[in-house]
Amino acid sequence: MIQLKVNGLEQSFGGEPELPLLWYLRDVLWLTGSKFGCGVGLCGACTVHVNGQATRSCVTAMRDAAGKEVTTVEGLDKSGLHPVQKAWMQINVPQCDYCQGGQIMQAAALLDSKKNPTDHEIDEAMSGNICRCGTYQRIRAAIKAAAEEMA
Amino acid sequence: MSAIENVSRRRFLTGGIVAAGALVLGVRYYPKFSSGKLPHDTNADHATLHPSVYLGIDGDGTVWIVASRSEMGSTSRTTLPLVLADELDADWKRVKIEQAIGDKRYGDQNTDGSHSIRSFYDAMRWAGATARFMLIQAAARRWGVPAEECETDLHVVVHRSTNRRAGYGELATATAELPVPKREELKLKPKSAWRYIGKGEVSYDLEALVTGKAIYGMDARLDGMVYASVERPPVLGGKVKSYDDKEPLKVAGVRQIIPIDPFQPPPAFQPLGGIAVIADNTWAAFQGRKKLNISWDNGPNEIYNSDSYKNELRATSHNPCKVVRNVGDADAVFAKSGKVHEADYYVPLLAHAAMEPLVALAEFKDGKATLWAPTQNPQAVQDIVSKELGIAKEDVICHVTLLGGGFGRKSKPDYVAEAAVLSKQMGRPVKVVWTREDDIKFDYYNAVASMYMKAAVGANGKPTAWLQRSVFPPIPSIFDVNEVYGDPAHLQQGWTDIPYDLPNLRIENGPAKAHVRIGWLRSVANIYHAFAIQCFTDELAHAAGRDPLDYLLDLIGQPRTIEFKGVEYPNYGAALDAYPWETGRLRKVTEMVAEKSGWGNRKHGKGTGVGIAAHRSFLTYVATVVEVEVNDQGEVRIPRVDMALDAGLVVNPEATRAQFEGAAVFGTSVARSGEITATKGVIDQSNFQDYPVARIAEVPSQTNVYIVDSDAPPAGVGEPGVPPFIAAFCNAIFAATGKRVRDLPITKLGFS
Repeated sequence: MIQLKVNGLEQSFGGEPELPLLWYLRDVLWLTGSKFGCGVGLCGACTVHVNGQATRSCVTAMRDAAGKEVTTVEGLDKSGLHPVQKAWMQINVPQCDYCQGGQIMQAAALLDSKKNPTDHEIDEAMSGNICRCGTYQRIRAAIKAAAEEMA
Repeated sequence: MSAIENVSRRRFLTGGIVAAGALVLGVRYYPKFSSGKLPHDTNADHATLHPSVYLGIDGDGTVWIVASRSEMGSTSRTTLPLVLADELDADWKRVKIEQAIGDKRYGDQNTDGSHSIRSFYDAMRWAGATARFMLIQAAARRWGVPAEECETDLHVVVHRSTNRRAGYGELATATAELPVPKREELKLKPKSAWRYIGKGEVSYDLEALVTGKAIYGMDARLDGMVYASVERPPVLGGKVKSYDDKEPLKVAGVRQIIPIDPFQPPPAFQPLGGIAVIADNTWAAFQGRKKLNISWDNGPNEIYNSDSYKNELRATSHNPCKVVRNVGDADAVFAKSGKVHEADYYVPLLAHAAMEPLVALAEFKDGKATLWAPTQNPQAVQDIVSKELGIAKEDVICHVTLLGGGFGRKSKPDYVAEAAVLSKQMGRPVKVVWTREDDIKFDYYNAVASMYMKAAVGANGKPTAWLQRSVFPPIPSIFDVNEVYGDPAHLQQGWTDIPYDLPNLRIENGPAKAHVRIGWLRSVANIYHAFAIQCFTDELAHAAGRDPLDYLLDLIGQPRTIEFKGVEYPNYGAALDAYPWETGRLRKVTEMVAEKSGWGNRKHGKGTGVGIAAHRSFLTYVATVVEVEVNDQGEVRIPRVDMALDAGLVVNPEATRAQFEGAAVFGTSVARSGEITATKGVIDQSNFQDYPVARIAEVPSQTNVYIVDSDAPPAGVGEPGVPPFIAAFCNAIFAATGKRVRDLPITKLGFS
């Protein structure tokens, strides 16, 4: 059995250890905020935090999640809205929104490690997250707004 | 049965569908279906006051507004209800939006062609006005005063002179007893009284969107459902010769292997056929597919190679083709003119690649099919599922989830039909999940197109004769494989409606046979037509040594209304008297974007340049200025984009700005890296590594959007931003480098 924590709750899993974390979250726990976009770690829609690090859950096997703490967009802020989520609303970032859970998780991890990222640092950190609707300009603005809020 | 199955069953299958959340679009209907009410019932239908299919008002003052169009990011699910709420004088905070199922009582539901606001603006206003009129009548009756003395003020009816007020909720029951008034009795609010139209609102779903609670097709689930992944014929029209039905079943979680019949041509919206692997979870279905070891009979489309096909299109375009518009005598001028310019332009096949791959959930039970799908076109789902299953259209219930992008792909319901067919065979709910590879390999692609351009020029470098030929496999080929010429609905898209005042003009279209499914993609034929015309215009400007802006304005000429004598010009389905083609509006946005962008004061040459283009599509006039920086390695940056648009009345400016910002990014993807090719009929690309779309560092650093204040009837905003962006971008590259992009993507010329 693989033991792990998801959004603060202890979970145990007895299935295929090769099962990607994404499908455990979606098809087993039915936490569908983490999205399937490419299946090979190229688009970032599946981004979650594993021990605080932004991680592509579609290419993370359950065996590698054993003993780890996993946070999904549903659990990013237990008391309500994380400053990144608030900024996403304030700047009105989402269009179709399908990628935004992953974008938000990536941005939150960025701001954990860098308080005031430059445009270049934002581009570096966010370059693994595709938004096909093209909300990038607002994503950049929202990350800056969140950085200010968190300062 | 795998451990996954057991764990999930024990812990999570508690009956009913889909966990609660603001956007659980199916859940409200399902219990009603079970308890004997009609499946299409909405809360609006059952509200105390229900004067329109789009509207209901309950005794507690809740206003139910039905969103009949699909939401894929353009905010129509919010913006149309906002129009109704405005005319009703309702408090937006007390409005609840519910998503309609596919049902013809809502009129057209195919959310494509950038026409949700244009086509439903009036319907929303009349629905709101009807209810407001009735509420006023009910209040006047209660107070014994003339209705003319009463008015509304944000969710209440007021009688000012006696200072009496009654809320919409408390009036609902009495109002429901009144007759629904005739249209002639109603008076719409004057513009000065508008609360929401022109001011806009953020998405009704915004908080759900940022917290992961929003439910997409990919997230829909039903008690007892299984997952399917389908291996489809790699060549269009191919058939299965043999496959291994034993090895896949050894994969943990795989339950069953089910063949899906190949389609009978034409493909239309039928499933492609192939072999489906049914499993207890998505990943197991994907794994099982890898063991199928299918041998295919590829059929006649195996001859299709993109390289040779490109040469064929180009050769066709170099010979006389079918004339689709003619003014004067271009050939006579060419025969005696000294100075003639020619150029070939080319745009490859393009895939949609919406972030949410195709997916659908189906339950076939008791002779009825119920679907949950991210579809742009739920009534087309009803049509194809009824045909595939041999049941009546009324027995197909299509719930519309949120869409993780659509861009036209999700107007074609082949993927929903797959789920329905499999559910019927399995006798239980089936969710079909497409991989990204499936999504890219089995698209309805935007047509590959070759354009031949020719102009004779006189004094000032102005054209004295102009010839343009386009050749592309047409979209109607999916409905009739013998269709090879462009149809008026797509030739109108920036081709037969070239806005220049030209004395001698001939427009032609040549034949091209389709070997893959061709379909609508955001902006459609405007992409390749605007690219050719607007870049060729820039070529002529430079050849004449003239400023591209001045030259463009010179060609657009003085304000006039284009007359389409002898041309079948559908005008995007709108009447030409309501939506005339006015060159003055194109001129105005061009002048506006030039001014706002500081055209003329901007740097040119030495790796920096700006380009301009103007184009009308989906009844909206757009002009765009793009600035690029190109370094010695040919790497292109886009520091700034300016876009000016005249879309008539704009209901939701914030959403409109977002659509145009997004259009610049979509155009960036097309121009930088958009290319689908085929070898022996098989699509060469598969995922984002070989069909890259623009990432954050590659897109414009800053996109400014300027909206012309207009009282003209509303036009489209989702698509019109894309075509002129691509042309302006390529014109900017020329200004910066002297290299002319005639083949997309720009990587063909060594840029990245």
